Amino acid sequence: MNTDSTPLPKVPKKSVWNNPKFRSLFFQAIVLAATVAFGISIFHNTSVNLETRGIATGFDFLSTTAGFGIIQHFIPYTEESTYGATFLVGLINTIVVSALGIILATILGVIVGIARLSKNWLIAKLAAVYIEIFRNIPLLLQIFFWYFVVLRNLPSPRQSVTFVGGFFLNNRGIYSPSPVTHDGFSYIVWAVILAFVLIFFIKRWADKRQEATGQQFHTFYVSLVILVILPLLAAVATGFPLTWDKPALSGFNFKGGMVIIPEFAALLLSLVIYTASFMAETVRAGIESVAHGQTEAAYALGLRPNSTLRLVILPQALRVIIPPMTSEFLNLTKNSSLATAIAYPDLVAVFAGTTLNQTGQAIEIIAMTMAVYLSISLLISAVMNWYNASVALVER
Amino acid sequence: MNTKSYAIGQIPDMVPPIASVGFIGWFRKNLFSSWVNSVLTLFSLWLLYLTIPPMIDWMLVNANFSGTTKQDCTNTGACWPFVSSHIDQFFYGFYPQAERWRVDITILLLIGLMIPLFIKKFPYKGITAAVALFIYPVVAFFLLVGGSFGLPVVETSLWGGFSLTLVISVVGIVTSLPIGIVLALGRRSNMPTIRSICTVFIELWRGVPLITVLFMSSVMLPLFLPEGVNFDKLLRALIGVSLFAAAYMAEVVRGGLQAIPKGQFEGAMSLGLSYWKTMSFIILPQALKYVIPSIVSTFIGLFKDTTLVLIIGLFDFLGIVQTASTDPKWLGMAVEGYVFTALVYGVFCFAMSQYSQAIERKLDTGHKKR
Repeated sequence: MNTDSTPLPKVPKKSVWNNPKFRSLFFQAIVLAATVAFGISIFHNTSVNLETRGIATGFDFLSTTAGFGIIQHFIPYTEESTYGATFLVGLINTIVVSALGIILATILGVIVGIARLSKNWLIAKLAAVYIEIFRNIPLLLQIFFWYFVVLRNLPSPRQSVTFVGGFFLNNRGIYSPSPVTHDGFSYIVWAVILAFVLIFFIKRWADKRQEATGQQFHTFYVSLVILVILPLLAAVATGFPLTWDKPALSGFNFKGGMVIIPEFAALLLSLVIYTASFMAETVRAGIESVAHGQTEAAYALGLRPNSTLRLVILPQALRVIIPPMTSEFLNLTKNSSLATAIAYPDLVAVFAGTTLNQTGQAIEIIAMTMAVYLSISLLISAVMNWYNASVALVER
Repeated sequence: MNTKSYAIGQIPDMVPPIASVGFIGWFRKNLFSSWVNSVLTLFSLWLLYLTIPPMIDWMLVNANFSGTTKQDCTNTGACWPFVSSHIDQFFYGFYPQAERWRVDITILLLIGLMIPLFIKKFPYKGITAAVALFIYPVVAFFLLVGGSFGLPVVETSLWGGFSLTLVISVVGIVTSLPIGIVLALGRRSNMPTIRSICTVFIELWRGVPLITVLFMSSVMLPLFLPEGVNFDKLLRALIGVSLFAAAYMAEVVRGGLQAIPKGQFEGAMSLGLSYWKTMSFIILPQALKYVIPSIVSTFIGLFKDTTLVLIIGLFDFLGIVQTASTDPKWLGMAVEGYVFTALVYGVFCFAMSQYSQAIERKLDTGHKKR
């Protein structure tokens, strides 16, 4: 042991600067102060600028009459409607095109992604070529192509391309028969709902029985029969209360029926084709992430290829697929704002375009538009996170 | 009959049946393995027959290649003189004829700086990258804008075409990476204030479409500035694009940071390295390496997204093609323009994605989590 007592070196007094807690607080205070100062200066500049330009702030403009027409609206809208109504019309148009786009793109993306892994050489190569072509060309260019080259160059209404069943295709859009309901139609709706409730209980009973006895039940075919027979019975009982209003040529344009305007068709088509090419890669990566042994083990247990995909591969692949798929959904929704380039009346084109130009309320309008997209993004993320949690691996 | 006797164990293998090897075998295995596959194969062949021959016919066989006006296009196919007579405009936009050499030099310099990065054994890669990142932008600025060294000023409203697309994407790439890294570090910081500011910033930009960001930068930004200060339209768009790309880059870098095991942080700390030294010498080099493919795909996305600036009235590559197709002397030539544009974008994006895959293979040191 060391007995002679050399005095310990004196510990220098710690400066407060070397205290991590203090330093952290110090830096945070600086950053916070800088952010606040930045915000205040922007606020100040903006209010000065607005004053010199004579722009009134506030949301009063929303109740002023808009005075311009919108070619597609799902809620009643006329030129006498308010700017607030233009906001709603644009918002609904955005939601409609995004929701349809998400559904269709997912279907196409899954098909192409599976095709990319097909054992059929030609199919796999075709899917690969599809993916490489469509995801490497800017979306805006694809929208322009479908709109200006394909849909605008269709024949005029008088020379429409005619399909069986009252469908017409011309440069004013796609015309199709629209359903007209009569008295008693609600019974059919109730029959459909009843059918779904029945199917739900049959499925539950069949699952329980299979778990208990191992016997399987033809749930699929029975459900199909119920789904067809019940509404059909209701229709016969009420005397078919549904007719179709077919579009007919009168003068220079079609009257009656439903019309899908070319702007909508071009936007939807390009959004679906573009996003599906990204989704296909996501689906492929997800399926490839499931080890090959899983398939082999399923086959060894005697599962058919179909059941293997449904019961073994997909549940595991979904975990890998869902997070990137969520961001593709978000991308599609945000990309729907490119509508403004071909004047499809979505939120950006109508509200952040025409309404902004007419009122000059740049700050309020851009803020509202951004808030809407932010909320849609957060909503989709929340739903997908909830779904993701429900398919996540339950670790034991 | 030819009979031959073999010793036990010396019997040669039988020749495989003719239907399972060679050409026929390949066909049976890859195209006609089941009746479903046969139907699919025949259906795809039919689809190809419907699309490919007319396309080749239009693009090459019946196309017009020479001439200077629309009247020279007498064949039924594509009218390529539309592209060849506008090619200067497609590339330079409305940049004055006499000053176009400046654009050429700027782009040649960029290519010259990029080439060494592709050469495996080039010794001064670090220096080249530093020059490309820090010195090149300054040189390019003075060359393109002018106003000093005896070069006349070229208004940015005259810029356009593919060179404008390059300017926007290069500026976006060069500025978004450092801002993105800082934001990602901020989001992973222990300090709650900094973390929340960075998180809000990132999520705000990522939650809105680029169009609204561009609208914001073109109509709202002028209101934010003090009186008398005015940004030019291109600069406003550049600010919007850079901040937007930086938010995406931040998330990519954060992914890389999260992939680094905790031991690396602890090891660096136990060696007494400060925060910035830990980050710049230990963590970031590894984290960035992990995410190079994602960084490149963010760049590809940015490159494609630059087309959106045409909506706020800048004439990028697509914008100028769109304008040319409404030229009364060349009406009805939109398809040729679009096909040409698609080809250019396709080649660039495809090349970038191939490059990123090559880097991924090269950098794969086998330490990935399996």
